[in-house]
Amino acid sequence: MKDLTQVEPGEQKAPVMAPGHNYGTITDKISSIVLKKPVSKGWIFGLLVCFVILQWMLYGITLLFFKGVGVWGVNIPIGWGFAIVNFVWWIGIGHAGTLISAILLLLRQSWRNSINRFAEAMTLFAVACAGMFPIFHLGRPWVFYWLFPYPNTMGYWPNFRSPLVWDVFAVSTYGTISLVFWYVGLIPDLATLRETADKKVLKYIFGMLALGWRFSARHWSRYETAYLLLAGLATPLVLSVHTVVSFDFAIGIVPGWHTTIFPPYFVAGAIYSGFAMVLVLAIPIRKFYHLEDFITARHIENSAMVMLATGWIVAYGYGFEAFMNWYSGDVYEGFVRFNRLHGPYAFWYISLLACNILIPQVLWIRRLRLNNFWLFMISMDILIGMWLERFVIVVVSLHRDFLNSSFGMYYPTQIDWAIFIGTLGFFTACMFLFMRLLPSISIFELRTLLPEAEAVKHE
Amino acid sequence: MKDPEIYGLLAEFETAEAVVEAAHRTYAAGYRKIDAYSPFPIEELWEAIGFHKNGVAPVCLLGGLLGGTGAYLLQWWINTISYPVNIGGRPYHSWPAFIIVTFEMTILFGGLSAVFGMLAMNGLPQPYHPLFNVDRFAGVTRDRFFIAIFASDAKYDLVETREFLQTLHPHSISEVPT
Repeated sequence: MKDLTQVEPGEQKAPVMAPGHNYGTITDKISSIVLKKPVSKGWIFGLLVCFVILQWMLYGITLLFFKGVGVWGVNIPIGWGFAIVNFVWWIGIGHAGTLISAILLLLRQSWRNSINRFAEAMTLFAVACAGMFPIFHLGRPWVFYWLFPYPNTMGYWPNFRSPLVWDVFAVSTYGTISLVFWYVGLIPDLATLRETADKKVLKYIFGMLALGWRFSARHWSRYETAYLLLAGLATPLVLSVHTVVSFDFAIGIVPGWHTTIFPPYFVAGAIYSGFAMVLVLAIPIRKFYHLEDFITARHIENSAMVMLATGWIVAYGYGFEAFMNWYSGDVYEGFVRFNRLHGPYAFWYISLLACNILIPQVLWIRRLRLNNFWLFMISMDILIGMWLERFVIVVVSLHRDFLNSSFGMYYPTQIDWAIFIGTLGFFTACMFLFMRLLPSISIFELRTLLPEAEAVKHE
Repeated sequence: MKDPEIYGLLAEFETAEAVVEAAHRTYAAGYRKIDAYSPFPIEELWEAIGFHKNGVAPVCLLGGLLGGTGAYLLQWWINTISYPVNIGGRPYHSWPAFIIVTFEMTILFGGLSAVFGMLAMNGLPQPYHPLFNVDRFAGVTRDRFFIAIFASDAKYDLVETREFLQTLHPHSISEVPT
């Protein structure tokens, strides 16, 4: 029997949950954020700011829909500008949520129980942001459903040999499974809120959402099987999604894209940026909602160590790319290396190396891993670095390929920036609403971490 | 003595260990139309009431197989029969290119079958249930554990079953009105 609220002897790690809690206090503390606490001025202000930023996105989209993709900076040779950069960046951020909720569940890492709910919400909102961009990029976004195979009077079908069609399936499956996984996890907690809520309308809403869950042992049995199966299915799914995204590039012949290292390197980068986003969200959330009892130093430190590890996989990817540029003996591949380091975008490439490889090495220092302020800053740095990585992959590879006559430059317009920054507002506004309207930490899974619940499991 | 007004008897417990122990004894006493309730999943509890197998995994497997086979056949049919297009000289039935969509649809249909299968077998959504008539039952959403013996059980008798439940030393016993 392992008491997760206690520090184990000979171990310097913080406990997964602060000692002194029981089933009731966990329930009260988490449900009170949704039901009891008055709406704070800080929350209103934060939501307002995000809402204002969100308007930029709506402005940009409106203009885009009326005028077409000409409002963006994309042109030949750079046909994939911010839209694809942002798409890859956002979907990568989503990956950490699924990693935490599915892969760490299968690996029996029970510390994940207090961060999986909001990490899943993060996945959902990040996938929503990501999903918008390819649709905007279609030129005629209102016929996006042409991407799906359905019988139509035009007598045509999508080209299933194209990675872009694979992407449609990968991303839509990922979005659907993430939504279902998140909702299934919420059902028992919604039932708890149904009984805890004092307003009739809230009881009704939570009651309907909880589908009449009554905590029956038979139901729990099927529930646990279904949850485990979903985790087992989501694990290969999450690895496949960024693999398929990397195929969008790797299947093409453009130098800098056509490489076999892309799938693992993209997946590692996705988890890297995803954990950075988890920390960027978790550090303020635990502080402002006083959740230090449940999101402890252990979670923060573990996430920092995952970043350190995936950061090195990403560094290996950069190193291997550079090696293959040389080892292939291909003159165009060699030029990719030269152009990244000495071309017009050299500043971006050097910044990318600094943000993603150099600066995060300070995470080796334990004191910095445990310092909320610095860890927050390093996570922001990694998010910027990973965005730059996608920028370098998309733009720098495209702007100079085989023929000198087709060299060009890419200049993002104000609309490009408005839509990108607007999605940040959309994402954070969704997170603000989620924090207030739903239990942000899984109540029933936290109950299983208590020593009295552990006791029965090991009889 | 059967009472058409009563759905069953509900005994309340305060700890997980007590409810698992009580569930074992209820099952051993010959009661079969029983159920147990806990604020979080306890594997020992559903084992104790004799619920060893649930059908979620086969449903998930079936859904996954249907999704995958369907996706592959659809791609094969589109590319060889309905809409054959020569792309880069590749064969019409270029199976390696079809694997990714097949894989994704296996996951999608497998996952959705697991979830909707679980809900269907649980009989959810079911907004009303007689247990919700018992005020004390709300405690299950927080920190209480329950065992119910339903009136439909062959061995059920209002007086005798109540006496039996008393021997389990519950915190309280309630009658569940239909």
